[in-house]
Amino acid sequence: MANVNLTAEHSENRNKKVAIVLFALVAGMVGLAYAAVPIYQIFCQVTGYGGTTQVADETATVAIIDREMAVRFTASVDAALPIEVKPAAMSVDKIGSRVIVNYVATNLSDKPVATTAGFNVSPSKAGTYFNKIECFCFTEQTLAPGEVKEMPVIYYVDPELDLDKELDTIKEITLFYAFYAS
Amino acid sequence: MATATADHAHDHPTGWKRYVYSTNHKDIGTMYLIFAIIAGIIGGALSGFMRWELAEPGIQIFPGLASMVYGHEWESAAALDAGKHMFNVFTTAHGLIMVFFVVMPGLIGGYANWFVPIMVGAPDMAFPRMNNISFWLLPPAFLLLLLSMFFEGPPGGMGTGGGWTVYPPLSTTGQPGPAMDFAILSLHVAGVSSILGAINFITTIFNMRAPGMTLHKMPLFAWSMLVTAFLLLLSLPVLAGAITMLLTDRNFGTTFFTPDGGGDPILFQHLFWFFGHPEVYIMILPAFGIVSHIVSTFSKKPIFGYLGMVYAMVAIGFVGFIVWAHHMYTTGISLDTQRYFVFATMVIAVPTGVKIFSWIATMWGGSMSFRPPMQWAIGFIFLFTVGGVTGVVLANAGADRSLHDTYYVVAHFHYVLSLGAVFAIFAAWYYWYPKMFGYMYNETLATLHFWVMFVGVNLIFFPQHFLGLNGMPRRYVDYPDAFAFWNMVSSVGYLIMALGLVFFFWTIIESLMKKRQAEDNPWGEGANTLEWTLPSPPPFHQFETLPKIK
Repeated sequence: MANVNLTAEHSENRNKKVAIVLFALVAGMVGLAYAAVPIYQIFCQVTGYGGTTQVADETATVAIIDREMAVRFTASVDAALPIEVKPAAMSVDKIGSRVIVNYVATNLSDKPVATTAGFNVSPSKAGTYFNKIECFCFTEQTLAPGEVKEMPVIYYVDPELDLDKELDTIKEITLFYAFYAS
Repeated sequence: MATATADHAHDHPTGWKRYVYSTNHKDIGTMYLIFAIIAGIIGGALSGFMRWELAEPGIQIFPGLASMVYGHEWESAAALDAGKHMFNVFTTAHGLIMVFFVVMPGLIGGYANWFVPIMVGAPDMAFPRMNNISFWLLPPAFLLLLLSMFFEGPPGGMGTGGGWTVYPPLSTTGQPGPAMDFAILSLHVAGVSSILGAINFITTIFNMRAPGMTLHKMPLFAWSMLVTAFLLLLSLPVLAGAITMLLTDRNFGTTFFTPDGGGDPILFQHLFWFFGHPEVYIMILPAFGIVSHIVSTFSKKPIFGYLGMVYAMVAIGFVGFIVWAHHMYTTGISLDTQRYFVFATMVIAVPTGVKIFSWIATMWGGSMSFRPPMQWAIGFIFLFTVGGVTGVVLANAGADRSLHDTYYVVAHFHYVLSLGAVFAIFAAWYYWYPKMFGYMYNETLATLHFWVMFVGVNLIFFPQHFLGLNGMPRRYVDYPDAFAFWNMVSSVGYLIMALGLVFFFWTIIESLMKKRQAEDNPWGEGANTLEWTLPSPPPFHQFETLPKIK
């Protein structure tokens, strides 16, 4: 009998060990689901996946090639944010040229407002080739009560785009900003 | 030191305590099966209303239904709007109920609880009390989902109508009412139930096999459950994480999926389908295991290529985790990414083919008898193959561009699940019914059930291929007149299928009334797994002495 009890205890311990490992696996997978959020963001920044644009240095120089690309500018503002944003007008330039455009934001409230903008381009595949040298979206923007603020974007489209077969038919890129309170 | 008989009397509770406090895998399995049948009636009734509405073009049924249920004025504009939303609520609830409260409890909670311990020669599950909580978490989860239909979803509408995939932003800002929160909590609770069940199965299979039963001698149904349990453990926590993010996005101001805060709604789709694709294998792998046993039993031959069958299931389980974005071809992923997912998806056809051809090879040259379980099993093989073939069509990103979100997709996944998995549930029902309940059923009635149901479901879903190819989108309450004919055929098919279910219940009632005592092994020499060595029904505690496997 004592022998039987020993084996029962032994098997109970073995069961517990397996269960603990399996619970750890479950916890790990929940952790991975949350880790997916920053990993996805980094993945997008590195690969331009999902239309994430690139950041280029002030000194970056590229060749200007004989193909035109229209860039359209759009924006949306979080309903909770009391500002109005007027996107820049569409700009058609030769690929490789450095372009400066201005978004204009107006603070409609009587309090200072801080905002950050999320962004991407469409088609998504163009994200890799869309380089921003300067952008209001790099930092948080603060608008004094009633302030009207010009917010510049300096960008160029990398001529490497011309070598990408998937983008052969693309004549227009749309740059989008989502403004939210920060 | 108590005697053996005293021990038995001690833990054989009676009355309601036997079930509510149950730690017995057979009783819990029976409760799961009854639960799945009840949920199946509710989920099936929801789809009945959908087919009734879609029988003819125009919106006839749901406005009246909304008036009756939610009290809108009869034939008012409000009733029409509520009716349209109610249709979406019904598609959502139908999907969630069938996946989480019918197929999973039926195959995993029901049959696996009953037969995995017996097949591996164990006296019970590894954690009997955890088994009890696994089951008793399900009714409250189901209740939460049903309750969600009676709370506000979008402004002015009752219930959540975003589809079983609960994509944001429709599931966040689109439906701010509490209905969505109810549905999310329901999924949380059901998920916990499944995870606890999966841990129990893995531990039982790893630690409690009878002496001599190595993993490579283990019956295929136990193998299918081992793979399924691992898929559950790896995929369900991801769903839990994703819907928790939905919940905090909705209620606590986080912005995981909200672009107006730096989030990305597409990320939800990646997380959801990282769970969602393995989920479809979770629903079909146990069916593979069941069908293997039935085909072998009624061909009087061991299964062809046992090891190939085992590793085909392992391969399907593994590849199932790296194909999720084939549900997302139209979300703007790059061509190269699409190419990878097309290829990886097609690879799944290889192990699946191994299974189909091994079943055929098992039957080939066998001494076959076409008793009811075998009819259902062969029906499963045929229907699952049809669904598998349309799956290969849909795996192509180019074809999917045009077929995405059409009735072609509806036909595809109903052929593999509603016909495939459900036929396996019925096959197992008729295979194990005498063992589980101790009575033999009337085989003529069971055969009638099969044929009426087979005609019915094919009539429902085959025409939906034509509708999809002609561009009819899914999840709409109405459609242009051009689609009228095949929709009518499909709805008539529903009635025939419903008639088939009458035979299902008739078979049960008849067998309970006639009380024909079933033999230990009613299927003859082909049935050689351990459950057939026990009496029918098996004693409350089986295996007084552990069986030895040669």
